Amino acid sequence: MLFVIKDIRTIVIPSTELVEPVLARNPRAIARLITRAESGDAECRPALEALYAHTGRAQVVGMTGVAGSGKSTLLDMLTVAARKTGRTVAVVAVDPSSPYSGGSILGDRIRMNQLSGDPDVFIRSMATRGALGGLARATHDAVDLLDAAGFDMVFIETVGVGQDEVDVVRAAHTIIVVSAPGLGDDIQAIKAGLLEIADVHVVSKCDRSDAAKTIKELRSMLTLDVDLNRKRAWPIPVLATSSEEAQGVQELLETIDRHRESLETTGEIVQRRRSIAETRVLQTAEAFLRGEFAKHRDGRVSALVERVMAREIDPHGAAQELIAGLQTEN
Amino acid sequence: METTEAKNIIRVLIAKVGLDGHDRGVKIVARCLRDAGMDVIYTGLHRTPEEVVHAAVQEDVDVLGVSILSGAHMTIFPKIIELLRQNQADDIILVGGGVIPDDDVAELRKLGVAEILLQDTPPQTVADTIRDLVTQRAPR
Repeated sequence: MLFVIKDIRTIVIPSTELVEPVLARNPRAIARLITRAESGDAECRPALEALYAHTGRAQVVGMTGVAGSGKSTLLDMLTVAARKTGRTVAVVAVDPSSPYSGGSILGDRIRMNQLSGDPDVFIRSMATRGALGGLARATHDAVDLLDAAGFDMVFIETVGVGQDEVDVVRAAHTIIVVSAPGLGDDIQAIKAGLLEIADVHVVSKCDRSDAAKTIKELRSMLTLDVDLNRKRAWPIPVLATSSEEAQGVQELLETIDRHRESLETTGEIVQRRRSIAETRVLQTAEAFLRGEFAKHRDGRVSALVERVMAREIDPHGAAQELIAGLQTEN
Repeated sequence: METTEAKNIIRVLIAKVGLDGHDRGVKIVARCLRDAGMDVIYTGLHRTPEEVVHAAVQEDVDVLGVSILSGAHMTIFPKIIELLRQNQADDIILVGGGVIPDDDVAELRKLGVAEILLQDTPPQTVADTIRDLVTQRAPR
């Protein structure tokens, strides 16, 4: 190697010195910098900034669906398929943090073991740490880091979502929504939210007898798309997969690649990239404001709450008073 | 809801290595570390030492906890220690758990297992021990 890696075991290496090793895909450097990004430490920002210039090459694919729908299992098989095409693969798998202790159990690796040991596969588990949209705050940073490190495909696996946790749509270029058979009826399929964001629908566990019904309902939901202004360059497919019978995975990978081509030919990839960039700018700014507000309100909340309790002031007025004088310039 | 914008949440990888299907204990340990506010990555059953070390590096864990109830601890722990060295990852604190004879405990400590938590260790002690080990280690 062209650079000297200081011994990460014995000294605290400044994040900026991890940039070169990350670009050379050193696993310890990548892993450590993701940890620092997760901690929210400002010390790593210049390093992430330097790495951002190297991003934009990876194919970023989001995979979402309800808990237990089979996302991790499918991702394991998909990674194997992608590796067979010679591509390098990274996975950021998100699981929820406890609202009580802040701790978590990250179990996505249990089902992602076929390629454990392959140096061209990097899997990182991440806890939401209070973020609500199905991703962690540091997910974007981790994806950028892995992109900069030269992984050809980066998969984001969201937490098991309900109906409304759709942040992944502004984090990835292609969105796969995984549905398991036997949940809900055809009205579930036309509700807003999760099912709307799919570029590719997957019905997992299609070895089960009720899978055909779920596939039919999703397909029929897609034919109800009456928005005439939205000419679909990409008709949204519904694929069936089964890990029991190792079915549908190759087709899914090919579909993801065709979607990518479609994004390139129609130019929509630029819009998606812009949307991801915009989301990141706004989210970061909001996080900053939230932090400033937390400092600003410190020690003043309880007195205001007492006045609200005594009916001297209403909650809205108290809020106005609380934010009065909040300075946001540095 | 307050966001847990917590710095330095302790990360622990919990693994079952080899032909050992007894995972009730390891699940209890995972749960108690979760409740102590740590991120716990669980790998599932029947992992090889190579898989476990590979995962520990990618996850950048502070602690690697390996549960062995099969009696193969004197084979598996030295192998893991060797692999951690080879991967320049022997700053990761290795902790063992399971039913292990006292003589072997002493031997494993000499080899570099930081702590062995036996079958009768109370959950709170498990969490406290992990936290102490991480606190004592140099910052990184």
